[in-house]
Amino acid sequence: MSEPKIQIQNVSYAYGDQQVLRNITLDIPARAITVLFGPAGGGKTTLLRLLNRLNDLVEDGRMTGRILLDGADIYAPGFDVPGLRRRVGMVFALPLPLPGTIRENVTYGPKLAGLRDHARLDEIVERSLRQAALWDEVKDRLDSPANALSGGQQQRLCIARSLALEPEVLLLDEPTSGLDPISTAKVEGSLLILREQYTVVIVPHSVQQASRIADYAAFFLMGELVEHQPGKRIFTTPVDKRTEDYVTGRFG
Amino acid sequence: MRNRFVAQRVGFALLTLAALVVVIPILTIVATIFIRGAAAINWEFLTAMPRDGMRAGGIFPAIVGTIVLTLGTAIVAIPLGVGGAIYLSEYARDTWLTRSIRLAIINLAGIPSVVYGLFGLGLFVLLMGFGTSIVAGSLTLAIMTLPVIISTAEEALRAVPTEFRTVSASLGGTRWQGIRYIVLPQALPGIITGVILGLLRAAGETAPILFTVAAFYLPRLPRSPLDQTMALPYHLYVVSTQVPGMPAKIQFGTALVLLALVLSLNIGATMIRSYFRRRRQW
Repeated sequence: MSEPKIQIQNVSYAYGDQQVLRNITLDIPARAITVLFGPAGGGKTTLLRLLNRLNDLVEDGRMTGRILLDGADIYAPGFDVPGLRRRVGMVFALPLPLPGTIRENVTYGPKLAGLRDHARLDEIVERSLRQAALWDEVKDRLDSPANALSGGQQQRLCIARSLALEPEVLLLDEPTSGLDPISTAKVEGSLLILREQYTVVIVPHSVQQASRIADYAAFFLMGELVEHQPGKRIFTTPVDKRTEDYVTGRFG
Repeated sequence: MRNRFVAQRVGFALLTLAALVVVIPILTIVATIFIRGAAAINWEFLTAMPRDGMRAGGIFPAIVGTIVLTLGTAIVAIPLGVGGAIYLSEYARDTWLTRSIRLAIINLAGIPSVVYGLFGLGLFVLLMGFGTSIVAGSLTLAIMTLPVIISTAEEALRAVPTEFRTVSASLGGTRWQGIRYIVLPQALPGIITGVILGLLRAAGETAPILFTVAAFYLPRLPRSPLDQTMALPYHLYVVSTQVPGMPAKIQFGTALVLLALVLSLNIGATMIRSYFRRRRQW
């Protein structure tokens, strides 16, 4: 295994006096899907949001420990945060198209980064929508309002919107929680293609989904990283009793 | 079953009555002013200087004065008010300082306008040396208008879901870019409403301009921002109470012009607002 893309070192996090993450240490390998799973309230989403510093927007959160992206501490003073978020994209549980058209949604990030060239922007729109498996459904109505799309299409649009920035890492927080099985299959299908190029970190919305797509899996319980293993072994031969109880459906 | 039905009928009747009680006096006032003022309205009344101790001629300088003062108020109050609202809603953390600023703004909205007038006299006319002038009057009206603009604009900004800011940030947007491209356009209809409400009040106020800009009788147009000017609300006060033998149709005519000015501003604002509502939705 080569150098990990992201190294999480002794990270703890608290909102006010509520401890959400306890001393997490985890390496996330490049060009693979890493699944963070476990029951609700385990701190998975918080960890995900720490990876591109979205939790900076939370007022009384406190973090200790270090997170390295390609060996560089992303919490170092003076680190370029908007630049970080371009390199580490995020897709949220609820698809939320920005006001405006499909095209405007995809080009929002590149335009903020200063790209004005129309030909380049058109290329980006087509490439990102193809990668998110949405192109064929919307290519004839790129300039119609994004909120007219179905829920599944909106979520793939949100994925395309993140991919438009050509991020190195893509974070997904239960991206299929609001979707029907067919849309879910489409999103999962595009993730399996994306991992060839991108480092994907996903909080799945079920153990089944976790086991379908995981290259690496980490089990979180009440702010603790219980165990992590490459491949799908964690779903068949977990080491820790608590992981076993969860993956076999004894609680959850 | 029967009882609930009756209760519902009675409830509807009472609510309708309440609405009528509110609407009827307004309609009566507007109708009276319109009927009695319409006779005074003609080209000369709208475009000529007053003559004969204001008992004849037109009210042109007062109309121009009110428009100029309202514009001056807008130039000062809109950037300050919207800027303050953006700061309070998007940047300020929730501390005792920001809480007391908000409390102060709410209280400022309740201060009688004559107090603003005296404040303007003290600060802008005397201390800062603008004299009795359009600058001093506009600044005074702007100060009076700020609380309305800030509190409605802040509310409009807060009504934009936080998630939009998060999405914008996650796509590499700075905080300001998120505000500029997502939050402000979404909040614009609400902000416009607040701005118009504030400016309408400013256009119709007498007390704040009394000591700071308004001229009793000045049959010419103002020549510079440091000049005095006549203004419709004060002119209305003058022709109604200060000049003996004033024809009633001039009084009602002046009131009608002020009313029409304010109403057209209001209608214009409603149109702008619904235009932006149609364009932007989530």
